[in-house]
This record gives sequence, structure tokens and C-alpha cells, in this order.
Amino acid sequence: MAEPGTGALGQVDPDAVAVDPDGPRGARPKPVFSRRNIFLYGTLFVVAVYYALPLYVMVVTSLKGMPEIRLGNIFSPPVEVTFQPWVKAWSQACTGLNCDGLSRGFWNSVIITVPSVVLSIIIASVNGYALANWRFKGANVFFTILIFGAFIPYQVLLYPMVILLRELGLYGSLWGLVLVHTIFGMPILTLLFRNYFSSIPEELFKAARVDGAGFWGIFLQIMVPMSLPIFVVAMILQVTGIWNDFLFGVVYSKPSSYPMTVQLNNIVNSVQGVKEYNVNMAATILTGLVPLIVYFASGKLFVRGIAAGAVKG
Amino acid sequence: MSAATAAPRSGSPSARPRRGPFRNLSAKIAAIPMILTALVVFAGGTLWTIFYSFTGSRMLPKETFVGLDQYERLWNSNKWLIAIENLAIFGVCSLVFSLVIGFLLAALLDQKIRFEDVFRTIFLYPFALSFIVTGLVWQWILNPEYGIEGVVRAMGWSSFTFDPLYDADIVIYGLLIAGLWQGTGFVMCLMLAGLRGIDDDVWKASRVDGIPMWKTYLFIVIPMMRPVFITTLVIIAAGIIKVYDLVVALTSGGPGIASQVPAMYVYTNMFQAQNLGQGLAASTMMLLSVLIVLIPWAYLEFGGRRRG
Repeated sequence: MAEPGTGALGQVDPDAVAVDPDGPRGARPKPVFSRRNIFLYGTLFVVAVYYALPLYVMVVTSLKGMPEIRLGNIFSPPVEVTFQPWVKAWSQACTGLNCDGLSRGFWNSVIITVPSVVLSIIIASVNGYALANWRFKGANVFFTILIFGAFIPYQVLLYPMVILLRELGLYGSLWGLVLVHTIFGMPILTLLFRNYFSSIPEELFKAARVDGAGFWGIFLQIMVPMSLPIFVVAMILQVTGIWNDFLFGVVYSKPSSYPMTVQLNNIVNSVQGVKEYNVNMAATILTGLVPLIVYFASGKLFVRGIAAGAVKG
Repeated sequence: MSAATAAPRSGSPSARPRRGPFRNLSAKIAAIPMILTALVVFAGGTLWTIFYSFTGSRMLPKETFVGLDQYERLWNSNKWLIAIENLAIFGVCSLVFSLVIGFLLAALLDQKIRFEDVFRTIFLYPFALSFIVTGLVWQWILNPEYGIEGVVRAMGWSSFTFDPLYDADIVIYGLLIAGLWQGTGFVMCLMLAGLRGIDDDVWKASRVDGIPMWKTYLFIVIPMMRPVFITTLVIIAAGIIKVYDLVVALTSGGPGIASQVPAMYVYTNMFQAQNLGQGLAASTMMLLSVLIVLIPWAYLEFGGRRRG
């Protein structure tokens, strides 16, 4: 896949690449089906098919009946479309002794995600604001520790967090998990907010100071209204991140309050019973649906959110 | 994005002459969660783990010091050695392939093509999915009976064999396929941002000089994108060391213990085998490997800036 790509680029006439509309030569009409274009779009198309295939396979499999899956191939579209696997995945699939489907995990994930997202964004935005506009002595030391903390493997901190949560009386509870998500989301979110607030013109901040606004006044009346896009970016980042979490869900919650990803894994990878691949795939799509909707609805903001991790502080 | 990278301003109220612990009090109060997280969780937690990795803790942490026993047992454990070997293969392959593929895709998308947004959306959507979802989908596609192997055999090539999830020798490449599918879109996005940050004049100059495009990429653009490559490298590497969910969903560490990874070894010892000290020693080794990646980077990044 990689080889033809380089080959194609190697043969390209450099003139054809970056045509500047204001350039001295003006726009030169080009054939649509040039060799370069066929190669370029051909390669992109093939790669796009590879990336799209698993989603297609998931959807197609989830709409087939088990007899059809056993006979046909996984890439063929369903002959007889059935929504039974979806119904079963949502309300009847079994994990251990519970047979009330993924709906339980879905609602658990909702009640984990919502407070975690809200709390982590509030705390991180205030932190970022304090770091960007009200730097105090030692602030950078803590910030550096925080950023390095983002690179510490979670495995190192798993057990200390267990102890911390137990001391706080939150181990195994919803709020314990919320706290864990808030803490581990803090480095990247604080970085995100700090960088954004630093880019807001200083004059605004100074003018507000002259007018007598204090720490919270400036934050709530000037900074927050001016930074709605970055709050949306942070929300996208947190909703997908927390929804997709597996490790913290396994470690810090009880089986009855397992988030959707954990329950999904337990359903699909359970060793007892006949494997129902259509139900498994329906359950997998259901779990992936929330981040997918967020992704397709947010477009470029999602890209900005994930690229925030690469921004150097 | 470039605007967002601005350094915090230094002319803020911190420059005022007022001194003492109560100066800037609101900011200090507001920063308490950050300070607690940094000190108690990140610094404190790390020290706690390192400290107790030298004890013989079984089910609960105990202060019975055993020196380096846990580490000795760790490096004599076959399971751990397999986990380390897997991580090394998976890590090197992931790094190389995701950087190469990510860069090539970004370069293709950077040719002022039509439908760029459509292509980018398709390449990136797997990154929105969790490792669990990724693992389960690929488990199904790589299913020897119904998946790719079954389909190719049904087409008449009856000796065709491709069952990475059930073959201990190549199971790690099954993980690689799934991992790359999930993560290359992200690398592509970072690379694309890097390519867009290259001044158009560079391209104009190389065109005027008649330098072929691939040479411009190889000898001018890529060296100019060094910071992007390094940052991407560090981010991917830190992610690879943590890899856990993907293995759980795709293979559960099997067949046998063939696809064990360090994160899984830690989890099993800490929460299932009641062998806490061993789990802590393994996680300390994970931390060490992150530091090996991180320290040279931090040195280049921050040490360099100070000198510059």
C-alpha cells in the first residue's frame, strides 16, 4: 500500500502540484483523468475502502440471521434484513447471570460520562485560567508535574488510586469513578485551556482589571464567553475518551455498574454458550455509536481536540 | 492551532510588586485541584508504587522489605519476558508503520485534492472508537471460520491460511493490524497539520529549482517537520507502552500467553493473582520504559529551548 504511493508521487510533474491561482501563468486547464489524478485518487480510494471495511462488516453482520452468517461470507450484504440481533443485544444479551442486555451498560456509561465531563471541564478550565492569567510562584512546577503525569502509565497509579478512593470512601462508587476520570483528564485539558486563554488578547484582561473585575468576574464574564469553541473541543475530547474507557471501568466499579465497554467485552468474549456473531456485532456498533455520532457531528473540532495532545506547551 | 501554542504571558498581575502568601489568593485556591493532582496522585502515587515494589505485598500492601526479589522474579517470569518481547515487536512495528503510513496519507491529502474532508473523515473515524470496539471488530474479521480466511477459502483457494489470532507465532501481527487501523488516522492528522505549517515559499523555491517532488519531501519537508515527528513519536510511544484494552478485546492475551503485554501482566498480578508486589514491580518497569522515551525528548525539547 505504501509503495505505489511513493511511486506515484515520484513521477508527478512538480508544476502540476501547487497551482497558485494568483500566479503569473494563471489557471492552466488540466485534464481530469491525468495519470497523476488516477494514481492519487485510486490510492486514496483503496485506502478508504480498507478503513471503511470494518464498519461495513459490523453493520452487515448485525443485520443477518445466524444461519446466513454460517453459510455466507462476512462481506456480502444481508439477503434477509433482520433487526432481531439489535433488539437482543440491547435488551436480552447475557453477562454472567444478568440477561438485561447492553442497555444497563449504556445507562451506566451515561451516568458516569455526564458528571465526569462536566466536573473535569470546570476544574481544568479554572486551572488553565489561573495558569494563563494569574501565574503565581511555583505554578509552573505543578504544571510541569501535571504534564509529565500525562505520560505515566496508568498501571503505575492504579493501586495508589484504589487506596485514595478507599480512604475517601468512594471506592466502587460512581463518584469514585468520576473522580478518577477528572484526575486523569486534567493534564491534557489544563494544557488545552491554558494555551487557549493565553492566546486571548491581554488588553481585554487588563481593561477588566482596571474596571475592578476580580479573578472570578473576569473568568465568568470575559474568558468563558470568549472561549466557547475550546469548551466544545474539551467536551468532545472528554465524552469520547470517557465513553471509550475500559481500564478504569474494570478497576474502579462493581459489576452492576460496569460501563458499556466493559459489559460489551464481557458479552462478546464470554466463553459459555453458542457465539451469536450478529448479536455481538450489533452490541459492538451500539457501544461505538456515541463516539461515532460525536465524531461525525463535530467534524473539524474533533481534529482540533485530538491535535491538542500534540501541541507543545 | 498555532495561535493556541502561545506561551503564557509574563506581564500578568504576577509582575505586580505585592508579595506574600495571600497575593493572588483566588488563583491559588483555584489551582488547588491541580496542585493536589500533581502532588498527591502523580508524584505521590508514583513514589508509593516504587516504594511498595520493594516489598513482599501479596493481597494488601505490607511493609515487609524483600529488596530486589520482586524484580528478580519478574525477569525470571516467562510470562513477563513474552510480554516484553511482544511489546517490543508491537512497539517498533507500530511506530514505523504508523509514521510511514500516516505521513504518506497526509502527503496524499495535501495535494490539493477534492473531497479532502471526506477522505480525512474516513481515515480518522476509527480513532473515535474504543480499543474494545476495535478489538472485537477485528476479532470477527480475522475469525478463521467466517472471516477473511473463510472467504478466501470459499473462493477456491482451500489451503489459504490467515488466522493470526489463533497462531501463537503471529498473533502479535494480528494486534498490529487492528492497532494500525485504529491509530494511523490520528498520525495522519498530526502530519497533515505539520505539512500545512510548511511555508508555501519552500515549495515555490524547490519548484523553481526544478527539484522533483519526492526529493523535496525527503530532503526538505521531512527535516523541516522534525519537531512534529518527534512529538508524534513520543505520543505514540507513550500510548504503546500502555496498550491493554486492545489485547483484552482481541485475544485476551492468548492463545495461551502468546499475546501477553506488560499492562496485562500488571493487572493480573494486582487484581486477580493477589500478587501486589509483583504487579507494582512490573508497573515500575513500565514507568522506567516511559522515562527512557521521555527523558531524551524532554531534554531536546526544553533543554534546547533554554539554550536558544
